[in-house]
Amino acid sequence: MRAMVYRGPYRVRVQEKDRPVVEHPNDAIVRVTRAAVCGSDLHLYHGMMPDTRVGMTFGHEFVGVVDEVGPSVRNVKPGDRVMVPFNVYCGTCFFCARGLYSNCHNVNPNATAVGGIYGYSHTCGGYDGGQAEYVRVPFADVGPSPIPEWMDEDDAVLLTDALATGYFGAQLGDIAEGDVVVVFGAGPVGLFAAKSAWLMGAGRVIVIDHLDYRLAKAASFAHAETYNFAEYDDIVVHLKKITDHLGADVAIDAVGAEADGNLLQHVTAAKLKLQGGSPVALNWAIDSVRKGGTISVMGAYGPMFSAVKFGDAMNKGLTLRMNQCPVKRQWPRLFEHIRNGYLKPSDIVTHRIPLEHVAEAYHIFSAKLDGCIKPLIVPNAA
Amino acid sequence: MPYTPDKPKLAESSDELRARIPGWGADLDPADRPSVPKEQFDPNLSGAHWEFPERQPEKWPRERSIEHRFLTPVFGTSCPPKGLSGVIRRYSYRRFSEGRAAHWLLLLAADRVDAVESTLGSFVTRRPDNPLTETGVRSELTRHGLSSRLRGNRVDRVHHLIDPVLVAAPWVLAGGAAYLLLRRALGGRHR
Repeated sequence: MRAMVYRGPYRVRVQEKDRPVVEHPNDAIVRVTRAAVCGSDLHLYHGMMPDTRVGMTFGHEFVGVVDEVGPSVRNVKPGDRVMVPFNVYCGTCFFCARGLYSNCHNVNPNATAVGGIYGYSHTCGGYDGGQAEYVRVPFADVGPSPIPEWMDEDDAVLLTDALATGYFGAQLGDIAEGDVVVVFGAGPVGLFAAKSAWLMGAGRVIVIDHLDYRLAKAASFAHAETYNFAEYDDIVVHLKKITDHLGADVAIDAVGAEADGNLLQHVTAAKLKLQGGSPVALNWAIDSVRKGGTISVMGAYGPMFSAVKFGDAMNKGLTLRMNQCPVKRQWPRLFEHIRNGYLKPSDIVTHRIPLEHVAEAYHIFSAKLDGCIKPLIVPNAA
Repeated sequence: MPYTPDKPKLAESSDELRARIPGWGADLDPADRPSVPKEQFDPNLSGAHWEFPERQPEKWPRERSIEHRFLTPVFGTSCPPKGLSGVIRRYSYRRFSEGRAAHWLLLLAADRVDAVESTLGSFVTRRPDNPLTETGVRSELTRHGLSSRLRGNRVDRVHHLIDPVLVAAPWVLAGGAAYLLLRRALGGRHR
């Protein structure tokens, strides 16, 4: 089969690879019809995530058709159109039994701190991902769900991570009616978090980024008030000024490990890999949220230490909430919101790129060329 | 204002927001949201029909965190450790827990060794690595590379030049080393 393959930092290609096989009785093999490149894939692409091996296929956002199932699979069958959460999870460990699917303890031998994620390094379990014609899906009775008849495939693929994560991020903010919510990052997760904040009754939603075209999308797609931090000497002071010097009630970090805005933080983390991530957005969140406020962290960081301003977080009495999103838990409600017309996830898709051109997809997404917000990957067999 | 008790007034009331923004307040009740409460005990909800899953066959000694009691019943088989990078990875897993910086730094070092080993290895295959196609740099010409970078107030412009250096440096160094070795070998023959 054809598959995207990592060749080293900033290098990927498409090549022939063995079609995956059933390795466990509850495995399914899914023929991928649509995949996406996630902002967090860029951390792998840039060589930031430890134990990212040459030869791995990335891609944790994908949908497709079940091609083959293992002998114990009961809930899906060949021919079913399915959407697959980015979490690999067993359904019955201590954590899964409590709904913490992203924290499954039975799927990742390489680390106990993180669960299993498709195509996301061996630190996240060593599973090949969905930027390929076929992918192995463990625990097929637990993760995949049929794509509803009425749902567009481009919407479905965004439900496997970006939309679910943005929506989850807004929930972790514990937003109450009338709250002022500031979202750092106008990428896919930030856009969905901003949009979700309104669903939870926010009174004002502010989005911060440095890319004008993404801020324009935040204004049109998420009805947000937007500010380009590059235009202000100190974005924290500006946020204080526009919130009557109180600060926002809730801040959401939708940027993560490669945040810009502080050259020292960015270079030491994203270029020199001396930190787990560049916590510029997180530190701005800590500084700009009001005392007693809540910070929700959806941005992905590596497992190493990062230079986070915990002193201010403690002194301000902040609540910091975070996790990888337990995707399937969000789906029933998100299906309702899409059906009711409150959310149209595929509105943020800017590029649909054939699998054969995956290297270009990574480059334009990484370098933010051509107005790129969300690139989808279309395999040859789709 | 933070100096007085009341919260600053919002520009728009809830009714105005409901009228302007589709779905405003659909999840207004904080107790009625999918991830509230954080932990919801229900082992039968997931569709699983096991308490502990069957074990996937271990076809080679699978490296694992020493914080695990045993190899997890299911695991990825994407890229078994190989070469010098594999030796470093196995040592890192065997010796250091996830709590130790050494564990992660060794894995990062192994990643860099892996890239060098794999690139060198590719030169004896029918498909050698090609930095031009693999970096997708062609899209600089086809996808408005320059204008995208120059538009607006992008703060990342300041480090855009670091990326090509990071990508090209190993190739330039390897080329230089190869040249020096070749020159020494040829020089030795002429002497």
